[in-house]
Amino acid sequence: MPQSFQVDISETEGVRILAVQGYLDAHTAPSFESSIEAEIRSGKVRLVVDCAGLTYISSAGLGVFMSFLEDAREQGGDIKLAAITPKVFQIFDVLGFPKLFDIASTVEEAAARFAQARES
Amino acid sequence: MDAFERSFTLNVPSSTENLAMIRDFVASIGAKAGFDEDEAARITLAVDEACANVIEHAYGSEETHVVTVRARLDNRDLVFDIIDNGRGFVAGQIDELDVEELIRRRKSGGLGLRLIRAIMDEVNYQITPGEKNELHMVKRLRRD
Repeated sequence: MPQSFQVDISETEGVRILAVQGYLDAHTAPSFESSIEAEIRSGKVRLVVDCAGLTYISSAGLGVFMSFLEDAREQGGDIKLAAITPKVFQIFDVLGFPKLFDIASTVEEAAARFAQARES
Repeated sequence: MDAFERSFTLNVPSSTENLAMIRDFVASIGAKAGFDEDEAARITLAVDEACANVIEHAYGSEETHVVTVRARLDNRDLVFDIIDNGRGFVAGQIDELDVEELIRRRKSGGLGLRLIRAIMDEVNYQITPGEKNELHMVKRLRRD
């Protein structure tokens, strides 16, 4: 049986990439929350969430992004979102997330923005 | 066109594990009603939010209760009633804060009802805590 939700974490040039697969609802959000919290608690605050494999998100999933964004930014990092499918993007859009989060078309573009921010 | 109404009911144990089953049920009714994929996805989200609220707030995440999703489809509307017999819940103050303020306060809640209201054309409640709570949501089939 396929997993309902999974996070695979990798690192490239000091940026942590969290690739999410499956759906983020009230059932699976706690698992994602643990993953993000563990990153931030260990000082890894430059995060890119690769949403290419994200098939669905509800407010429970959106809430995870919301509750850790300030922590990441206060420590000089960010939670950037990348490769969101149109179906999932429309949910982010209903709540005005595109104005509040840095959203990139690809993971590479999101990671590059961290490098640009460091140089400027 | 002759008046018609079709009714569909799903009863599931009050576990968040069953939200995926509820979404499948709602998505198929949304398609049956003639909504396009995006609109059906939004309706599915609204019902998911309502059921998650019931499980987490009305039932306090106890998995031994029942959540009823009743859908009615007629010429004009697709109507969902979410029924439980838990504590009931009323939108609190947090629901009125904008998303930017919620982020500043590191709050993860307060979005569910906002999404429901943004997606559905009509939303109302009948709450009798411990007896029967009913969230009534209407989506018009056509915008006139």
